[in-house]
Amino acid sequence: MQIYLPIAEVSVNAFLLLGLGGIVGILSGMFGVGGGFLMTPLLFFIGIPPAVAVATEANQIVASSFSGVLAHLKRKTVDLRMGTVLLVGGLIGAALGVQLFNTLKAMGQVDLLVKLSYVVFLGIIGGLMFFESLRAIMKTRGGAVTSTRRKHFWVHNLPFKMKFRTSGLYISVIPPVLVGVLVGILAAIMGVGGGFIMVPAMIYLLGMPTKVVVGTSLFQIIFVTAFTTLLHATTNFTVDMGLAVLLLIGGVIGAQIGARIGVKLKAEQLRILLAVMVLAVCGKLALDLLIMPSELYELGPGGEH
Amino acid sequence: MLRVCLALLTLIALPAKAEVVVAGLSQNRVSITATFVGSEILIFGAVKRDAPPPEGDPLRVVVVVEGPSGPITVRRKAKRYGIWVNTDAVVVDQAPSFYAVATSASLRESISQIDDLRHDITIPQAIRLVGEATETVNPRDFADAVVRIRTEAGLYNLQEGAVELVEDTLFNTRIALPANLTEGEYRTRIYLTRGGYVASQYETVINVQKVGLERWVFNLAHEQPLVYGLLSLFIAIAAGWGASTAFRMLLRS
Repeated sequence: MQIYLPIAEVSVNAFLLLGLGGIVGILSGMFGVGGGFLMTPLLFFIGIPPAVAVATEANQIVASSFSGVLAHLKRKTVDLRMGTVLLVGGLIGAALGVQLFNTLKAMGQVDLLVKLSYVVFLGIIGGLMFFESLRAIMKTRGGAVTSTRRKHFWVHNLPFKMKFRTSGLYISVIPPVLVGVLVGILAAIMGVGGGFIMVPAMIYLLGMPTKVVVGTSLFQIIFVTAFTTLLHATTNFTVDMGLAVLLLIGGVIGAQIGARIGVKLKAEQLRILLAVMVLAVCGKLALDLLIMPSELYELGPGGEH
Repeated sequence: MLRVCLALLTLIALPAKAEVVVAGLSQNRVSITATFVGSEILIFGAVKRDAPPPEGDPLRVVVVVEGPSGPITVRRKAKRYGIWVNTDAVVVDQAPSFYAVATSASLRESISQIDDLRHDITIPQAIRLVGEATETVNPRDFADAVVRIRTEAGLYNLQEGAVELVEDTLFNTRIALPANLTEGEYRTRIYLTRGGYVASQYETVINVQKVGLERWVFNLAHEQPLVYGLLSLFIAIAAGWGASTAFRMLLRS
């Protein structure tokens, strides 16, 4: 069934959108990532204008994360205090990010920078997670016990310390705020929740227990993407309500299924799966930049260079 | 005095315009709704004569439908540091969002080059480009790219022989409007030609508009963006919460 999207001004198949939402929703629930890093490029491929895809995806992530957060709040796997600290950084970052997005859009370089950021971030994080998980799996097989505390010494030496009971941490608020800012910028520029960078940062940089990482990142993502949605809606008019609703109907159901699958899998397996997926998306985007495109020209709205 | 008489005489001697085109459309209004998948407009008409058809060059019909025009920025990619990036940009001053030409014979048989220029009939005539060529950038390449990309998207097309002409009097053709239409007035022109020169022309307008919910959403998004943004969030959160509750209840029962 073809449906016309009023803001994107294109016709797409409604079931295709529902299906995309569902698949990405399952991944979102499993890994605690917003799923935006998969959905945004997929929306490009089906012909949604990039600016609309990024802004609408932010809106859709709010919804898919909302049902995920409800599931995690029920199981008490959300560190609300840490989430709030991350959120403060996230709001600052989102405001900066939308500004940057609009500047780059006027310069005609927004696609390139979005893609380059994807390749760089996904490449680094996917690679790190992959090898780290591999090592962890090797070690558990060898019977060795790993200490999760030893590499975070410098985090403990910064000022403004705060107690995070749910995570069992007593650390400075500076690293989580900075992580929040970075995630906020990415949310605004790349149309992602930022889970793919926040989850590893929480595990490796802040040393949070894997159990609360997923719920806490979803909690922060909800508010940052909501803020991003409002900024894009008021400055670019690129949030497509119809597109968002279709994506999220599939997405929320998928997220519920995903959260249930996630509980059954081991943390290392979960991480290595996510790492493989991150690397696959990174590889595809890198190829797009390296291989000569079949059409060298592209059309944009007029009036600006 | 003599000159006036001569002028009057020549006026009388000239035959009245021998052939006039009268035409109609199957619809003057195209409504873009949620389920809009494109539309097909039937353009039909007849040739009105008050004398027998002239001998010589056969009658041809050319139909042109043109969507609203606007400037577009065309960007070209080049390889820099191993990756493909946008380097050069040219602003094409005017390019129609939609352009369809249908003729009753081959293009050049239907319209001469001179009358094509005079009446702006073929696609290249519809694109206005003021930019000057520099060492690296030839604006013509960019204008060609507009035509190529929009032709591939089904927005520009030339259909030679698509106008059906019956007994040199009745004609009809169908113009397909794709789903990704821009709102606005679509100027529709019909030309009768003989020997490639325009003998008569008729002009009308097709209105393409978003209607109903689509229009309301579009207007709200542009006129009250904050309200629209908040509404989008509310709908998203309500649907997210609703679906998760519904799903849980489904599992429990």
